[in-house]
Amino acid sequence: MSTLLKADNITKTYRDHRALDQVSVHIPDQSIFGLLGPNGAGKTTLIRIINQIIGADQGTILFDNEPLRSKHVLRIGYLPEERGLYKKMEVGEQSIYLARLKGLKRQEARKLLTGWFEKFDLMPWWGKKVEELSKGMQQKVQFIITVLHKPRLLIFDEPFSGFDPINVNLLKEEILKLREEGSTIIFSTHNMDSVEELCDHIALINRSKLVLEGDVREVRKNHSTRLYEAELEQVHTPVEQMLDGRFQLVDIEKHLESMTVRIRITKEAPPNELLQSLLTSGQLTSFRELTPTMNDIFIKQVTGEYPTGKMQKTDPFIQAGQQ
Amino acid sequence: MSKIATIIRREFLSRVKKKSFVAMTILGPVLMAAIVIVPVLVAQLSDSDYSVAIVDDSGLFAQDFRDRDNIYFTPLDTDIDNAIERMHDGRFDAVLHIPEVAFQAPSSLRLFSAKSVNFNAKLLIENILKLEFESMKLSSAGIDEEVLRSIESPVSIRAIRISNDGEQMTDYPEISMGLGFVGGFLIYIFIFLFGSQVLRGVLEEKTSRIVEIIVSSVKPFQLMMGKIFGVGLVGLTQFLIWIFLTLAIVGGFQAAAPEMFRFTPDEEVFITGGQVLNPEELQTQREAIQQHDTMAGELLAGLSAINIPVMVLSFIFYFLGGYLLYAALFAAIGSAVDNEADTQQFMLPVTIPLLLALIMTQMVVTNPGGTVALWLSMIPFTSPVIMMARIPFGVSYAELALSAALLVAGFMFTTWVAAKIYRTGILMYGKKVDYKELWKWMRHS
Repeated sequence: MSTLLKADNITKTYRDHRALDQVSVHIPDQSIFGLLGPNGAGKTTLIRIINQIIGADQGTILFDNEPLRSKHVLRIGYLPEERGLYKKMEVGEQSIYLARLKGLKRQEARKLLTGWFEKFDLMPWWGKKVEELSKGMQQKVQFIITVLHKPRLLIFDEPFSGFDPINVNLLKEEILKLREEGSTIIFSTHNMDSVEELCDHIALINRSKLVLEGDVREVRKNHSTRLYEAELEQVHTPVEQMLDGRFQLVDIEKHLESMTVRIRITKEAPPNELLQSLLTSGQLTSFRELTPTMNDIFIKQVTGEYPTGKMQKTDPFIQAGQQ
Repeated sequence: MSKIATIIRREFLSRVKKKSFVAMTILGPVLMAAIVIVPVLVAQLSDSDYSVAIVDDSGLFAQDFRDRDNIYFTPLDTDIDNAIERMHDGRFDAVLHIPEVAFQAPSSLRLFSAKSVNFNAKLLIENILKLEFESMKLSSAGIDEEVLRSIESPVSIRAIRISNDGEQMTDYPEISMGLGFVGGFLIYIFIFLFGSQVLRGVLEEKTSRIVEIIVSSVKPFQLMMGKIFGVGLVGLTQFLIWIFLTLAIVGGFQAAAPEMFRFTPDEEVFITGGQVLNPEELQTQREAIQQHDTMAGELLAGLSAINIPVMVLSFIFYFLGGYLLYAALFAAIGSAVDNEADTQQFMLPVTIPLLLALIMTQMVVTNPGGTVALWLSMIPFTSPVIMMARIPFGVSYAELALSAALLVAGFMFTTWVAAKIYRTGILMYGKKVDYKELWKWMRHS
């Protein structure tokens, strides 16, 4: 997979603090890239540098194998975290204006906008002032403006903050469509759970430094805790008797008719052997690996250990239900 | 730069389409034309007749009152009570009572009226009696009135400006002073009006957070300059429409009612004492009328002595130059703060030179060639206002060129400074900014 944006050793120092310290990220073409980190880690600074709003002190950025230049802003769409519109200006006129600043011709912009406005049921609001629109509608307009010029690279900074759940789903669908049409997407957020399911690649930034970067599955795999959870019914032999030294029983929860056990396996032991052992213990109703979430991984990266308490189950249905 | 053009277009259209702009643009000339036309109209409308009955117990003055404009005098032979009765019957508007002792004790004079008294009539009566009393006193003191009149010597020096090649030009300092004031004041108003529009525009973009969307498409400098040019264009448009409309309205009235604007010399009240005028007195009268005529002529001549094209062109140049210089600073202030209330502390140092220039205009018009005037018309922060005050008096082209060049250099400098502050400021939220902070932004960006 080719790389659309290659930022190497980016350093940016403000007067009193270093916002980015030797940060390198490579964003694969047509990927959805999660730029993660707590507030104040330096995400927005990196994004502003990519958008050429501010300059880096050091480092190089290649966009589509060319050094990043001002002409590239026409191929980038940016939805900033701090976003707004001219309140007193008409929605349609304003959208055309912002599209023209991205290099679209007036007629072209009008045509594209009409399509998007119809899709989002915004057409009746074309001639209204922005201040007459609800917040949700304003956010739709902002989204449309960001993607209108069909940019190669789309950057969303905290995209879902302030969006209602219906709009979040709408946006996610549109973003996935845009990716299929050839766009590359950067999500920047401190709320990792909100974008985790969408991202193919992630980079974690903490205190101005890159702490982790890579393919999401790879990262997960590398951070596997080898912790498994099983539910058993009609247990006739206690589970602990079935386990040898390669398996470590972490936790047992006994319910009325069933029990839940969490077992960590050592590196050499394949999960299948654990499964076999459990099968002999009783009626097995569920078995799954407890993988850490990006959030957990991030906290581990920062503090050195996983957060106490539950870990998210990698059950796709549970995840979908949470969104 | 098509992007700057796009920005200028939006800044211009979004303001020009506003109702307040349309209202100001139309009301401005109507007000200015009203200043010219209303006094003329009012003078004509107040022409309702006013009749005054005169009861002269002294028997000395009744014949001296002559009807004037719309004020009519009627001497009565009745006593005062009867006259007042007749006034209440509606035959007169007022009754003037001159008691026997009026000459010795002028405070015994009375003007009775049913409604509130007509001020002009009162003034006229006072004037007539004053002159009469004076004339009587003069003759009782044995002074010949004619001798006295010949002593009166009106002096009016004709100021002539003479150039190196001997070309002569009459100077009209009063007219130049008036024009200087108006020019300087207009520049001051325009810079303030449109400079603060730039400030509010920048602040609007910052507080609405649209600025980050825009600067991902254009450079901050382009956005700033687009706004400054766009607003400046609005100012220029408004100014030109004002000039055009004012001329059209005044011209329209002049064409519709030319007699309204024809200059008619004010008749003085001349003492005739009921006698036939002798040739000397006639001569005095004629001279007085002539002097009136020359004053009106002088006004016209004075106006034509002013180099109008230079005046208009330099107004446009100094408006634009001064505006660009200050608008950049206003833009920087708008970018540095988070809300309108915080602008105050930064507004002061920007407005002080402008205000100073306005105050100094007073001094400059009285001594337009002085050292202070010269320096203030060179310093870019004051030159737009001060130079406009000086130009009606005539400024050498060399001085104009130097002042203009300095102004251009001045606004390039403020734009450069402002751009540095602006670039940092527009992306800085929720930070209390002081001068130290601004200085750091300038040095580090």
